Amino acid sequence: MQRHLISAADLTRDDAVLILDTAEEMARVADRPIKKLPTLRGRTVVNLFFEDSTRTRISFEAAEKRLSADVINFTAKGSSVSKGESLKDTAQTLEAMGVDAVVIRHSASGAPYRLANSGWIDAAVINAGDGTHQHPTQALLDAFTMRRRLVGRDTGLGRDLAGRRITIVGDVLHSRVARSNVDLLHTLGAEVTLVAPPTLLPVGVETWPCEVSYDLDSTLPKSDAVMMLRVQRERMNAAFFPTEREYSRRYGLDGDRMARMPEHAIVMHPGPMVRGMEITAEVADSGRCTVVEQVANGVSIRMAVLYLLLGGNEPAVTHARIEEK
Amino acid sequence: MSKILIRGAKVLGGEPQDVLIDGETIAAVGTGLEADGAEVVEAGGKVLLPGLVDLHTHLREPGREDSETVLTGTRAAARGGYTSVFAMANTFPVADTAGVVEQVWRLGQEHGYCDVQPIGAVTVGLEGAKLAELGAMHESAAGVTVFSDDGKCVHDAVIMRRALEYVKAFGGVIAQHAQEPRLTEGAQMNEGVVSAELGLGGWPAVAEESVIARDVLLAEHVGSRVHICHLSTAGSVEIVRWAKSRGIDVTAEVTPHHLLLTDELVRTYNPVYKVNPPLRTERDVMALREALADGTIDIVATDHAPHPHEDKDCEWPAAAMGMVGLETALSVVQETMVDTGLLNWAGVADRMSVKPARIGRATDHGRPVSAGEPANLTLVDTAYRGTVDPAGFASRSRNTPYEGRELPGRVTHTWLRGKATLVDGKLT
Repeated sequence: MQRHLISAADLTRDDAVLILDTAEEMARVADRPIKKLPTLRGRTVVNLFFEDSTRTRISFEAAEKRLSADVINFTAKGSSVSKGESLKDTAQTLEAMGVDAVVIRHSASGAPYRLANSGWIDAAVINAGDGTHQHPTQALLDAFTMRRRLVGRDTGLGRDLAGRRITIVGDVLHSRVARSNVDLLHTLGAEVTLVAPPTLLPVGVETWPCEVSYDLDSTLPKSDAVMMLRVQRERMNAAFFPTEREYSRRYGLDGDRMARMPEHAIVMHPGPMVRGMEITAEVADSGRCTVVEQVANGVSIRMAVLYLLLGGNEPAVTHARIEEK
Repeated sequence: MSKILIRGAKVLGGEPQDVLIDGETIAAVGTGLEADGAEVVEAGGKVLLPGLVDLHTHLREPGREDSETVLTGTRAAARGGYTSVFAMANTFPVADTAGVVEQVWRLGQEHGYCDVQPIGAVTVGLEGAKLAELGAMHESAAGVTVFSDDGKCVHDAVIMRRALEYVKAFGGVIAQHAQEPRLTEGAQMNEGVVSAELGLGGWPAVAEESVIARDVLLAEHVGSRVHICHLSTAGSVEIVRWAKSRGIDVTAEVTPHHLLLTDELVRTYNPVYKVNPPLRTERDVMALREALADGTIDIVATDHAPHPHEDKDCEWPAAAMGMVGLETALSVVQETMVDTGLLNWAGVADRMSVKPARIGRATDHGRPVSAGEPANLTLVDTAYRGTVDPAGFASRSRNTPYEGRELPGRVTHTWLRGKATLVDGKLT
């Protein structure tokens, strides 16, 4: 493992499988009456959020607290420039307070990379989503969810997602989730297909390690998992698509379309969902939709990442089979 | 003024010759020249060029003296071998009146390191709506002939047409910053493979090319000349080549950084590589080099754009666009054009002195190195190789993309009308 987690592309297959396996161990803690481990006792983690995201922040916070870390939440909405204080000064201020890890969410693509590579601070940096670049823990929790559902909770240990066919549908252009997932799923051996109107695919997507299709209906029967991305309504004002209804008709997932998926196939969504836009309530509330499971798995994955990056000295869980690299 | 004898200089890279400066003028060029009482500079095989002319410099004064002033910018120019720089109009206040351009011009004259020729804004406040008083700026002491809204594109086709027409009355030229604004909203870097991965807003090549295509057609239609600033794409090269083949009066410039660097560097998210137009691809770089060699692109211009450290020591989208370039331009051109065999030193003199002076109507500059001509000269140690250290810059700003990079060539002497502004690499 590297010292920071900035991009899903930085993870090797073995790194990723180790994180997934560790997360399975962490998940068992959640089944206990007391959901807490002493692993990061005395270590301080700051959640540095320059962009609103209650869900991700709470997920990290829950993970940190279950590992007994001291948690500082720092929310600074808006860019550093409008705030008047630079990212550098903010980070150095926090480090002066003795922070061991910085979990950063920022609207600027590359902000976590800068933080980790500019010599501004020594703490470990975990990217909790940067602009339209990366959201690696989201990709990890998605992969974790897929492995559990498609390979099996116990049989999945030590294994990757070789040969699984994953379809990602929606606003790929503005999605850090899509970028992270393409990178990680490729590393784990899955076959990824992106489905979107051409306006919502970046120029250059042809070089990504995946297939691209404009036609949802033809890809659904060949999918083991279908991940729906959030599509913001305001995109239609910038002519990315004509109307909400047209988007839904061509790229939304409803009951009829879900019925064309193989029986074992699951529906995923990183949340928050826009019901009626990219996904109907029927699909969102069906047993094939893993959106709530993904949230629970997010805590386990973030525990695993924090544990591995901060190099806990004692085994994370009794009987854990964790090998540090 | 005293006499200076430059002994054994390769004039335009040719056979070693002696050059005698008497006062403000070159008195003689030949072999075995002697001059009693003359100060002797042993050139020892260095290359002597006409003083370089930069058609695209941001001196930042008035308004952003924290990043550069006319004094620090012209000292940087002298260090880079320049004897004339054209100062862009996007200052605070904007150089859109006779008063502002005269102020900038006078500051250049007072400091004496390099002639400063102000560029006037095309439109009031660079806002693209209303023509600035172009005639008044031309008739001022500054004698403005080049007009540009650089930093912004004159995007309105009617305003551009009128500007092109209007300046014909006094031989002016519009220098266009070609950037279609709607196609570049939120643009952070070249749109392509790298931007797709990095999740940074794309600046597509077509946003530059479509404006150039429109403007060369406008220039043809109204019979005006147009100059294209910092051309950056292979497609733009094709359009300019086509326009020239049709006899359209278009000239174009390329920056040193677009001759050397590519958008792969943006993977570092280090804003020192953030510039407008953005760094493009390897294919573009090669097309630009070839176009500069074959004359499709007329000149090299630095787009020297100083910024204070805090505007670059931040996350990429928050950072300012631009790079300093005056003190490294000739080295980058040697690296990319001369050492690759694409251009000889006479070609460098043509692209970095003769042609830019001609486009900007700077009649004292870009002259032949021969008797009777103004003694605006630059002596270059072309055998030198060294690592770029911004700590040694004369510019007030340090935002160079070349820090730590080894580059060839070093300007050792610069003379402005016979007066040394740089001696043995040190400013006078």
